[in-house]
Amino acid sequence: MNQGLRTSAGGRIDRSRALDFTFDGRAYTGYAGDSLASALLANGVQLMGRSFKYHRPRGLLAAGAEEPNALVAVRRDAARYTPNLRATQVELYQGLEALSQNRWPSLAFDLGAVNDLLAPFIPAGFYYKTFMWPRSAWRALYEPRIRAAAGLGHAPALPDPDRYANRYAHCDVLVVGGGPAGVAAANAAASAGARVVLCDEQNELGGSLLADDPRSAPPIDGRPALEWLDASLAALASNPRVTLLPRTTAFGYFPHNLLGLNQRVTDHLARPDPNAPRERLWQVRAREVVLAAGAIERPLVFPGNDRPGIMLAGAARTWLNRYGVLPGTRAVVVTACDAAYEAALELQAAGVFVACIAETRAGAAAPVWAERAAAARIPVLSSATVLGTSGRRRVNSIALGRLADGELSATQLQPCDLVLISGGFTPSVHLHSQSRGKLDWNAELEAFLPASSAERVRSAGACRGVYALAAVLADGNAAGSLAALDATARGRTAVWPAGGRGPTAGAGPAPLAPAARSSGLAGALPRPAQARGRAFVDWQNDVTTRDLALATREGFRSIEHVKRYTTTGMATDQGKTSNVNALGIVAHALGKSIPEVGLTTFRMPYTPVSFGSFAGPARGQLFDPVRTTPMHEWASGRGAVFEDVGLWKRARYFPRGGEDLHAAVARECLAARRACGIFDASTLGKIEVVGRDAETFMNRLYVNAWTSLAPGRARYGVLLRDDGFVYDDGVVARLAADRFHVTTTTGGAPRVLAMMEDYLQTEWPDLDVWLTSTTEQWAVIAVQGPNARAVLEGLTDVGLSATALPHMGVATGRICGVPTRLFRVSFTGELGYEVNVPADFGPAVWEAIWDAGQAHGMTPYGTEAMHVLRAEKGYIIVGQDTDGTVTPDDAGLAWAIGKAKADFVGKRSLMRPAMAAPDRRQLVGLLTADPAVVLEEGAQVMAQAGSRPPTRPLGHVTSSYYSAVLGRSIALALVAGGRARKGQTLYVAGPQDDTAVQVSTPVFHDPEGKRIHA
Amino acid sequence: MLLIQCPYCGERPEPEFTYGGQAHVARPRNPAAASDEEWTAFLYRRANTRGVHAERWRHMHGCGRFFNALRDTTTDHFLATYKVGEPPPGAPP
Amino acid sequence: MPRRMSLPFKGVGAHVLVARGPGAQHRAAMQPFSGLALLKRGLTGQRGWTPQWRSPQPKPVYDALIVGGGGHGLGTAYYLASEHRLGSVAVLEKGWIGGGNTGRNTTIIRSNYLFDESAALYDHALKLWEGLAQALNYNVMFSQRGVMMLAHTVHDMQVSKRHVHANRAAGVDNEWLTPEEAKAFCPPLNLQGLRYPVLGAALQRRGGTARHDAVAWGYARAADALGVDIIENCEVTAIRRDAAGAVEGVETTRGPIRARRVGVAAAGHTSVIMKMAGIELPLESYPLQALVSEPVKPVFPCVVMSNTIHAYISQSDKGELVIGAGTDAYTSYTQRGGLHIPSHALEAICELFPLFRRLRMLRNWGGIVDVTPDRSPIIAKTPVPGLYVNCGWGTGGFKATPGSAHVFAWTIARDEPHPINAPFTLERFREGLLIDEAAAAAVAH
Repeated sequence: MNQGLRTSAGGRIDRSRALDFTFDGRAYTGYAGDSLASALLANGVQLMGRSFKYHRPRGLLAAGAEEPNALVAVRRDAARYTPNLRATQVELYQGLEALSQNRWPSLAFDLGAVNDLLAPFIPAGFYYKTFMWPRSAWRALYEPRIRAAAGLGHAPALPDPDRYANRYAHCDVLVVGGGPAGVAAANAAASAGARVVLCDEQNELGGSLLADDPRSAPPIDGRPALEWLDASLAALASNPRVTLLPRTTAFGYFPHNLLGLNQRVTDHLARPDPNAPRERLWQVRAREVVLAAGAIERPLVFPGNDRPGIMLAGAARTWLNRYGVLPGTRAVVVTACDAAYEAALELQAAGVFVACIAETRAGAAAPVWAERAAAARIPVLSSATVLGTSGRRRVNSIALGRLADGELSATQLQPCDLVLISGGFTPSVHLHSQSRGKLDWNAELEAFLPASSAERVRSAGACRGVYALAAVLADGNAAGSLAALDATARGRTAVWPAGGRGPTAGAGPAPLAPAARSSGLAGALPRPAQARGRAFVDWQNDVTTRDLALATREGFRSIEHVKRYTTTGMATDQGKTSNVNALGIVAHALGKSIPEVGLTTFRMPYTPVSFGSFAGPARGQLFDPVRTTPMHEWASGRGAVFEDVGLWKRARYFPRGGEDLHAAVARECLAARRACGIFDASTLGKIEVVGRDAETFMNRLYVNAWTSLAPGRARYGVLLRDDGFVYDDGVVARLAADRFHVTTTTGGAPRVLAMMEDYLQTEWPDLDVWLTSTTEQWAVIAVQGPNARAVLEGLTDVGLSATALPHMGVATGRICGVPTRLFRVSFTGELGYEVNVPADFGPAVWEAIWDAGQAHGMTPYGTEAMHVLRAEKGYIIVGQDTDGTVTPDDAGLAWAIGKAKADFVGKRSLMRPAMAAPDRRQLVGLLTADPAVVLEEGAQVMAQAGSRPPTRPLGHVTSSYYSAVLGRSIALALVAGGRARKGQTLYVAGPQDDTAVQVSTPVFHDPEGKRIHA
Repeated sequence: MLLIQCPYCGERPEPEFTYGGQAHVARPRNPAAASDEEWTAFLYRRANTRGVHAERWRHMHGCGRFFNALRDTTTDHFLATYKVGEPPPGAPP
Repeated sequence: MPRRMSLPFKGVGAHVLVARGPGAQHRAAMQPFSGLALLKRGLTGQRGWTPQWRSPQPKPVYDALIVGGGGHGLGTAYYLASEHRLGSVAVLEKGWIGGGNTGRNTTIIRSNYLFDESAALYDHALKLWEGLAQALNYNVMFSQRGVMMLAHTVHDMQVSKRHVHANRAAGVDNEWLTPEEAKAFCPPLNLQGLRYPVLGAALQRRGGTARHDAVAWGYARAADALGVDIIENCEVTAIRRDAAGAVEGVETTRGPIRARRVGVAAAGHTSVIMKMAGIELPLESYPLQALVSEPVKPVFPCVVMSNTIHAYISQSDKGELVIGAGTDAYTSYTQRGGLHIPSHALEAICELFPLFRRLRMLRNWGGIVDVTPDRSPIIAKTPVPGLYVNCGWGTGGFKATPGSAHVFAWTIARDEPHPINAPFTLERFREGLLIDEAAAAAVAH
């Protein structure tokens, strides 16, 4: 299809590079430099989307990020499908495939449009008033239909194969917006020597300058504006202290001058580099920020204002001057703002017949514009209003009239295929507001402008109501210089002290005069009785003036309520074109001023940002760090099955042949009980507590009495929080009077060290103690079982006899020629040792022990067998048999408490009445009547059989296994008053029936503890 | 992501720190002698100030040290950071 | 928005009259909402509608004042009027009703809590949710889509199964799903190549979501119809007490108001209000952020939560994916937090649902949540006679709204707790009778 509406020359497109693309399967061509929107327009395509609620046919309203109508999906392949993109922001590339949305069966013929006929019956918030009967029908009938009708595009059907990158940056001055103000600011800041980042959401820097007619645009510094732009950008690009970021949207302003930038790296390329990320998230910490975000033209609200072919005057200038597209052939201009005159004159000069300018203001435009319009023989209808428009898929006429003192006259019907509208400008104060800066309503400009700042930020140019080019350049220049000055000033802190910056957000008071005349209109055009049709305020969400009136009628007075009730401003454009008009209409309805009604909060992101961009590279194995022990390779080489414990990978069991978990665990347990097992305990947390006051520190922290622990001895330590509940446990060895080797649970290591540091630094700073995490310094090899001594004897110079190294003895020496801290400790109840060696030697020593073990039936076992072995002995696991509500006595650990101690962390809380209540849940053993039945962990313990919900259980099963050595199942449980229930029969509730259990001691194996002392 | 002035290391981003809750909540010297009220206050009661809040931070992934800060909880701007044991700036000596 | 308009008009109005549930019998004063009413008024441009609640001037004296116009406060006023027949009740809201956490949360509703006390409270709420639209004659869009909580580690499985068993005993539905069953229930769920594999899930089918604004507005409209004064833009600046120390009223930005009973339901601002009565609470207020995607056609059938990798997600009726993040690390009243918090939530979402990587964040926002040491709420009398407090809901307050309001109204009306909220006292912290839901997250070996 030919580009019939393309001008013969001009624009910033490259007419030498034609690009083929499709829209809904139909083939078109455009040029390099086109946006999807401009290319479609050049091909005469006006209908680009359907609205959210009424499925109204819609064309382009705007040319940029504020476009509410032209939402499309772009499909590169099955997995690279992106919905809800604005055609105005999609850069054309060879082979681009675009699809329209929210229509069925086709964009031109959409059955959803039936909603439009039902509009009278489905006003704002209708769904709150109905679909309530019968009760069950909401889920079964109404909601599925509402959901099917709602939504815009479809979510992708396949996982996204693209990569996303993340970058952190610091700079002196971050300039947001690459229009004249931003470029001037960047120039000024850079020439003052500041490190500058300049970002702009568009593919090309230049902003409003790109939409000007090069022939008539005012010169800058005595040369054509575009020459000035190119020269300025070249200078910035060649400056090593400047970073230019086109295609980069500053979407969020976070505390302490951190801004989030989303850079689109490959979406505009026909054949993206597979190694390049699709998008890059920048987090820029700026000493100073200059916002030069520009302003967004405001549409006019009048009956029938949403037909394709009705667009913002500024957008038309962009199509013509930047893209070389004539958006129509016969135009009518409706305006409350001088800017539209320029559009009318430029379009007329380009060959569009401009039938008339309907001037909605009582007064005329600035004389210069009135004269130029007259000279161009464009009739100007003053005090005009709109009665309606016609045209199904494109506007074909507009009904105008003059409305003076409520009198309608000079009505006329103007045939046209293009209506340019302008209600003035809305400064983009989004980021200023996100930064918690204040806004003031400026009646002169009919706009909210930045007032005081809460961060180190200033606004420049149109985003603070400075519109005239000369003033904009001066404003940007001043803002840039001041920002550079502040950024490099001595003794500055990164953020404002509370209270924020002074009165004005910019470089000085905004010069109003040049802009004052082109104020515009915030609200709706006066609507004569003769008018026909709905007047749309929010195009995408189909919010009309009637909806806003209904909301106020129903008592929604806060603008936040009106927004939520009508959904105005809540579409994917976040109300960029609609919020201020909605405010004006609501204010009028409530008889209040706009500032009285207030403004809805600006929320990040400024424009939508991909989830992937936030997630960055964090996926799969990069989602979280993986911690492995020195012996990890050995274990995986032996086919170990691993489990995640915190960040650690731990070998859970070592299946042989076709063994399942249970078979492998039974075999591993028996080996440890009858011969010996080898276990990787390296993940246990280890903290070295050293110093003159180490003993005092340990006494104050742990419940145990440490004074009586001699060097060379170890003891099971229990740590509480100050609320009295068990927090962690582990073996603590005393290596010297002033040195403790503390072990913690695998998951608890960081918490315990943090807690130790907390008390040491903030409660007992007088203590002379040093804390060092040694978790990763030591590899820990547990050798457990009757043959453990025989295995190790030949390898170490440490005496291992029962007398030389009794249970809970600790010795230092050498093993396999490397230094070791050799603990005789046991978490299995068997004769056992834990060999600590420097982590680097871990694998070698493990191999040596493994080789020596072969003669003694050594078997590697994993965490699951470890759990069973310790459960057979009634040893608890903090976090499994305790849950943060368990006291030492509940867990049967009262024996560990140093009774003589005046205080330890948690002691005082144990004195609270509830902590000694007789019905507290206490750790007991449970034995099923049928030894083959293994209870489910977490199952609830009942006093009677067959108790039906809701019941109050006595407690729950915390650990449950089949014990191979005992030939039966065993379980640990927390049961109310459990220790007094020994011998009682209780019942464990199952989904179907209950299981009878007998309460027993939690120690099932070798209760006298003979084996451990062997 | 706040920017926090560690009194020992200088300005660092928030992820290097852990928050330590309200500052100057001293553990009773002799807990056994503390009344239930005093002990409960120490364990649980917090000012939860709306305005200038004295709080603890630890430069976990830096020097590892605890320090105190005055922060306005209505703006998240820091007024000052100071070392453990020092009185809040501006407080009567 | 629905294409289909064939509504069962007959009976909607009728149903309203027979609607079971608190307060339904007082419907007279209210313009009934129904498909029929919409159709009728549609013929006259929907002009006939009147304000859903009045905008009254504060009276000098009320029987009871509720401080805080969120769901909990408005609901409390509604039940005070409908169930306890209190003569005059006012809700004092410093901004606009439903503007706090009620209008800022991710609308998840479930009752599968670990401890009997919690399960009883949240299930009381869940039962009220099931009839709320009819009771209020306001469609709160309660959608029982099922809430699925993923388990990623052996420890997760132990904790989840403990929940399943405990809930079953308490009469709360909760069932264990294998990874395959979980994926069948939620097809977008990814089971391949995860850093933390999905080992199973606990599913509460009765759980789901609701339309948060509608809850505030529905309670406001129904309460207003029963004579409750809802006073917006009215900030409480002081609590007045008589010589005996009992509450006798409040000072507000709209003048003094007398009342012998004052119930505080101010969420993140509770500490500030209670200090006016000299009460310091075991509370800290943290920023909690959430976000939505651009609306897409139905793609996500339920609610999925993962406590281990910290994210939760559902899809709203409008088509937006609603995603919750964790709280920021520090206390704050700014209603905003750091970029790294939503980023982390989206890391988790993209890991579990790689289909959504190309979807885009539309809006991000923050609320202020008041957190207690045991992560359970306080719904209780206070040391000050006539002063009652309902706070400490942390990140889970929305789901409890009707139940919380119902028992809080009881507590205020009778000056004694309802059996359901009796355990949720202030004193539990002194006595050590904590209801530690956080314990369920105890980190394992």
